[in-house]
Amino acid sequence: MEALIGALTIFVLAVFVGYEVITKVPPTLHTPLMSGSNAISGITIIGAILCCIGSGMDGILANVLGFLAVVLAMVNIVGGFMVTDRMLHMFKKKKD
Amino acid sequence: MDQLINLAYLVAAILFILGLKGLGSPRSAVRGNLTGAVGMFIAIVATLSAKGLNFGWIIAGMVVGGGIGAYMARTVKMTAMPEMVGLLNGFGGGASLLVALAQFTITPASEQTAAWLVALSLSALIGSVTLTGSMVAWAKLQGYADKAMRLPNQNLLRVALGLGVVVLAGLFVWQGWGLLLLLLVVVALALGILLVLAIGGADMPVVIALLNSYSGLAAAATGFVLMNNGLIISGSLVGASGIILSQIMCKAMNRSLGAVLFGGAMVSEEQMASIPGTE
Repeated sequence: MEALIGALTIFVLAVFVGYEVITKVPPTLHTPLMSGSNAISGITIIGAILCCIGSGMDGILANVLGFLAVVLAMVNIVGGFMVTDRMLHMFKKKKD
Repeated sequence: MDQLINLAYLVAAILFILGLKGLGSPRSAVRGNLTGAVGMFIAIVATLSAKGLNFGWIIAGMVVGGGIGAYMARTVKMTAMPEMVGLLNGFGGGASLLVALAQFTITPASEQTAAWLVALSLSALIGSVTLTGSMVAWAKLQGYADKAMRLPNQNLLRVALGLGVVVLAGLFVWQGWGLLLLLLVVVALALGILLVLAIGGADMPVVIALLNSYSGLAAAATGFVLMNNGLIISGSLVGASGIILSQIMCKAMNRSLGAVLFGGAMVSEEQMASIPGTE
């Protein structure tokens, strides 16, 4: 129970930080910001990695599901950060 | 060791916050994105130091996923960015769903408390809605179904699926049966399709921003399943900032978030015709 309250505290405080961190954003940055924060939501890869535990046939289903989750999360992370970078560099070129 | 891992998650969370902040202004945007990527790297390395991991599966998954992601990011056309983000976001939601299913198979029944089952159903439910909702958003932006599609009795169907999700989740928390979890996932997948199907193509960027927020919340719910601070902090950060971003995007388009979300559902045909982008 104590751990749950602690986790809830962290959750609520982080929601407030997330709420405050986005303020006035110029419209050209809407898509890159969306794409960058989308890459951060790939953090679920932590959960995916922690599913791949045990050895041999023990919990093989969890390992397979975990593997698939790692693949999906990794596409989200690598694709997300790279595509954001590409977008932002394109904006820069336009300005020069 | 666990304390060190948690400390690394704190560092990652700080970098995510600085990264999001940096992405909000033109001068610091590139650096902000890199800051976020460094945070992610730290979080992954820290997690890999946990005990008892099966590295074969993990490394294989990282190589395959990283390769696909890099290929997609390099080849996508600049004009196709919003749908690319939508697609990637769907994958994130799908990952949370798979993690929930995997955790259910390896957690002994004695450790499946009510709070744990609630978190697990939320993770599976939000993950599912994000997965199919993002796929529909992607298909719409690709031009496969760019109009606001309306099924017969759509509102009734939505309400029925919404109620179905709540009832199934309640039953699952009560009984803890795997079959109920699978049924919940199936209904939630259908709900995700139906929620986005009725929204017009012009509103899709806002929908994707909102689905992005959902995938953050799904990750936060996964954090409660695993009692993992890194997931809880980062997931809720994205969840909250995603909602704010969708509001900002709505304002820029002179629309209200409610009108976007329920535009396809609550508005009559004549009103629909007057909404930009739905005709």
